[in-house]
Amino acid sequence: MNTVASSTDVADYIVAQQVAADALPAAGTPWLDASRDKAKAILADVGLPTTRLEDWKYTNTRSITRSRFDPVLRSENWSDTAVIEQLKVPELNSHRLVFADGIFVSGLSSDTDLLRGVRVMSMAQLLQSEPEYLKSALGSALPESPHGFTAMNSSFISDGAFVEIGAEVMLDKPIELLFVSACSGKNRLGLPRNLVLCRSGSSATVVERYLSATKSRSLTNVVTEVVLDGSARLNHYRVVDESADSFHVGGLFAQQDQSSRLDACSVVVGGGLVRNDVLVNLNAPGAAVDLTGLYLGRGRSHVDNHTHVVHHTPEGTSREHYKGILDDRSRAVFHGRITVGSGAQQTDSEQSNQNLLLSREAEVDTKPQLEIYADDVKCAHGVTVGQLDENAVFYLRARGVGEDEARKMLTLAFAADVLAKIKLPALKGYLERCVSDLLLSVSHTS
Amino acid sequence: MSSSVSTISDLIGREYKEGFVTEVETDTFPPGLDEDVIRALSTKKNEPEFMLDWRLSAFQRWQEMAEPSWAHVSYQPIDFQAISYYSAPRSVGDGPQSLDEVDPKILETYNKLGIPLQEQKFLAGVAVDAVFDSVSVATTFKSKLAEAGVIFCPFSEAVQEHPELVRRYLGAVVPAGDNFYAALNAAVFSDGSFVYIPKGVRCPMELSTYFRINALNTGQFERTLIVAEEDSYVSYLEGCTAPMRDENQLHAAVVELVAMKGAQIKYSTVQNWYPGDEDGRGGIYNFVTKRGACRGDDAKISWTQVETGSAITWKYPSVLLEGDRSVGEFYSVALTNNCQQADTGTKMVHIGKNTSSTIISKGISAGRGQNAYRGQVKILKDAENARNYSQCDSLLMGDRCGAHTFPYVEVKNPTATVEHEATTSKIGEDQLFYCRQRGLSEEDAVSMIVNGFCKEVFKELPMEFAVEAQALLGVSLEGAVG
Repeated sequence: MNTVASSTDVADYIVAQQVAADALPAAGTPWLDASRDKAKAILADVGLPTTRLEDWKYTNTRSITRSRFDPVLRSENWSDTAVIEQLKVPELNSHRLVFADGIFVSGLSSDTDLLRGVRVMSMAQLLQSEPEYLKSALGSALPESPHGFTAMNSSFISDGAFVEIGAEVMLDKPIELLFVSACSGKNRLGLPRNLVLCRSGSSATVVERYLSATKSRSLTNVVTEVVLDGSARLNHYRVVDESADSFHVGGLFAQQDQSSRLDACSVVVGGGLVRNDVLVNLNAPGAAVDLTGLYLGRGRSHVDNHTHVVHHTPEGTSREHYKGILDDRSRAVFHGRITVGSGAQQTDSEQSNQNLLLSREAEVDTKPQLEIYADDVKCAHGVTVGQLDENAVFYLRARGVGEDEARKMLTLAFAADVLAKIKLPALKGYLERCVSDLLLSVSHTS
Repeated sequence: MSSSVSTISDLIGREYKEGFVTEVETDTFPPGLDEDVIRALSTKKNEPEFMLDWRLSAFQRWQEMAEPSWAHVSYQPIDFQAISYYSAPRSVGDGPQSLDEVDPKILETYNKLGIPLQEQKFLAGVAVDAVFDSVSVATTFKSKLAEAGVIFCPFSEAVQEHPELVRRYLGAVVPAGDNFYAALNAAVFSDGSFVYIPKGVRCPMELSTYFRINALNTGQFERTLIVAEEDSYVSYLEGCTAPMRDENQLHAAVVELVAMKGAQIKYSTVQNWYPGDEDGRGGIYNFVTKRGACRGDDAKISWTQVETGSAITWKYPSVLLEGDRSVGEFYSVALTNNCQQADTGTKMVHIGKNTSSTIISKGISAGRGQNAYRGQVKILKDAENARNYSQCDSLLMGDRCGAHTFPYVEVKNPTATVEHEATTSKIGEDQLFYCRQRGLSEEDAVSMIVNGFCKEVFKELPMEFAVEAQALLGVSLEGAVG
C-alpha cells in the first residue's frame, strides 16, 4: 500500500524508535528485532494515514500529526492511588492490571501469580524472561497491510498485558486491564501492546478500559491481539473514556479456530478523537463472532469504528451491531466490512449500524460493506440514521412525562439493546450511568 | 444439486444471439487522440466555436486526470491512442429525409435485432432516434413532437439548430472535467440525443433511442441531454445491443438531465452490450456517467436500468436534489454471468428541504460474474426532513461468483431519516423444489423466482421495455442454478 503521507509526519517517531531500540525489552532477540525493524520500515513507507486513503476518508488525523507525542517506554513511577480509586468501576470484582501511559504498574495491580492455569502479567516482563514463548503468537493476528499507527505500535513493542488462559480453564472472575493515560505531563504517547491467548476449551472475560488521569493532551496507540484455539470462548470489552483533549487509536485483531466464540463489545464514552480498528479472521469451521458497539459523541469529539470480519471457512457465524448517539458538534464514522471467501459456504452474517442524531451540528458517515465470493450464504446488513421519533415523544408527553425526561428515556432505550449484551452487571450499570450523564448535559433541540 | 451442473454449463455457455457485424462502408478517423483529432472532429461536424473550445478544455483536463481505479473491477489497461474517435456510415452524407433513403443494410441490421423501425409508428406511439455508430441515421415522429413543441433530435443537429439551448445546458450537470471518462466524452463525443420539453408540456409519447456499436475499433461516445422545463413530463427509453467480436470496446457515454420546477423525467435503460465470451474475451467496457439535477421545487427524476450486458459496467446514475420537495429514484437490476463485472449503483445528494430518494437495487451473479453495488446517500446541512430508503439485494448462482455492497451514507442534518438494507442469498433449494414439485421445469422455476426477485424494478419500466427486460433476463440466466 503506497500512500501519500509525507514522511515528516513519521520521521520523529522513527528517530525516537532508533534511539530507544537498544533499550526496548528483549532487544537483541533476533526475531523480535527483525519484527520491530520490519514494522518501522512499514511505518516509514506508509506514513501516518491521511483522508486520501479510503479507510481514513472521513477521519482527519491532522489534529494528531500536527503535534509531537513522546513515546513512554519505561516506568516513570506513577502511582496515584487516589486517581485509581476514582476511576474504578464500583462493585466490579476483577483481577486488575494497571498501566500508566502503557507501562505496567505492579504496585497498583492485583496479585495474579496464584491463579491456576492462567498467566496474567506484564508483556515487558515476559519478553525479558521468556522471549521465545511469544515468538509464534506475537504479531500473528495483525492485518496484512497495517496502517501507520499499528506499524508504529509494532515497531516499539515494549509493555502491555499478556493473558493466557490454559486449556479447559473456566475463569469466572474478569481480568480488567486499566490503561491510564496522561499520567506524567503533556503530549505523552502510550503504546500498550496486549496479547490474549485462549487455549482450547477455555473461557474467560477480559475488560480493557482506557481513561485519563489528567486533562492533558495525550495519545494512546494500542494494539490487542487475540488468539482463540478450538472451542475457546472470550468475552472482550473495550471501554474508551478518555479526556476531550486526548487521542485514541486502537486495534483489536483476532484469529479464531474451530468452534471458538468471541463476543467483543466496544463502548466509546469519551475522547477527542477515537479510532477503533477491529479485524476478526474466522479460520476454521463453526467459529462465531459477535461484535457490538456503542459510541457517544459530544462536544467536538470524533469517533471512528472500522470493523472487518473475514469468513475463510464454512459454517461461520458473525453478528455485528453498532449504535451511535451523537450530540453537539460530534461526528461519527462507521465502516463495517464483511468478507465471505469462496470457501466459506453456509456463512450466516448480519450487520447493522444505527445512529441517533441529537443536534443540528452532529454528523454521521457510515459505510457497511459486504464482499461475498461464496453462494450458499445468508448475509444482511442495514443502516439507519435519524432523530428521536416525535410521535414517541408525544406519546410520553401525553402521559405526563416532561419533554427532557421523555427524550432521555427514548435515548436510553435506543442504547439499551447494546448495553444488554454486557454480561457483567457492575460494568453494565456503570456504562448506563455514563449514558445518562451524557444525556443530562444535552441541550435538546426540539 | 450436481444434476443441474451440466445444464448450467450448457445454458450459461449460450452464444450471444445478437452477434454479427454489418459491412457498411465507413468514414473513419485513424486511431489516436490529440488536439488535431478534436479539431478535425469539430470541423467535420461543422460545430460553432464554443463547442470546439469546450471540447479542447475538456481534453486538457482529461490529460491531467488519472484513470480511476477504485471500482471493484479488473481489466487490461485501455490504450486510448489505439481507438478511433470517429466513425460514420458513409451513406449519410446529406442525411436521409425518410426511411427509404436509409442504407438498406442498416435497416436489415435493425430488423435482425428485432427493432421494427417501420412498424414502430404504429406501435405504442414510440419515436425512435436510431444511432448507428456515431451518427443518427433516421428519426421518426419528428413532426408529431414538433407540434407539441418538443425538440427531439440528434445532438449534432441540436448544435446547429438550437445552439443557444445547447450552450446553456451542455455540461450544466456533468461538467467537462467531472471525471476521467466524462472528460474524455466531452472532448470527443460524436453524437447522441437532445431532448427539450417546453414549459407545461407533457411529451405525447415515450422517446427512445437504440445505440449500437458497429465498426471495429471505434469507441462510442454518446452524449444525451434532456431538459424538462417547468411542469413538463417526459419518459425516455434507451436500449442497446452490440455485435460480437473479440476486441474490447470502450463505451464512455454521458447523460445529463435537467428538471425544472415541477418537471418530471423518467429515464429507462435496457443495456445488453456484448458481454464477452465465456472466458471473458472481448466484450464492451461500459463506463458511463449519468446524472440528473432537480433544479426546481417539486421536480422528480427517476432512473430505471436493467443491465445484463457488457464485460465491465461502471455506472452510477445520480440525482442532485436541489429543489425543495424534489424526488430522486433509482431502480436497478444488474446481472453478471460468465466473467462479467459490474460496479454500479447511484448517488443521491439531498440539498433542498423535504427531499426524498428511493433506491432499489437487485444484483444477480452467476458463473464467475462479480457484481458490486456502490451507492452514496448524502444529506447536506440544509436538507431538512430529507428521507432516503435504500434496499440492495443480491442473488447468487454458482459458487464462483461474487456479490458486493459498498453503500456510503453521509448525514449532516439530524432531521434526516436514512435507511439502508441489504441482503445476499442464493436461490432457495426449497423454493425450487416447490416449483418443480408442481410440474414446472427447472428453467421455468428459476426464471419465475428471478423475475419475482426483480419485480419491484420491472414494474417501473414502461410496458414494452418490461417485456424485453424479462426476456433478456430469461435468456441470460436459464438454468443457472448453483
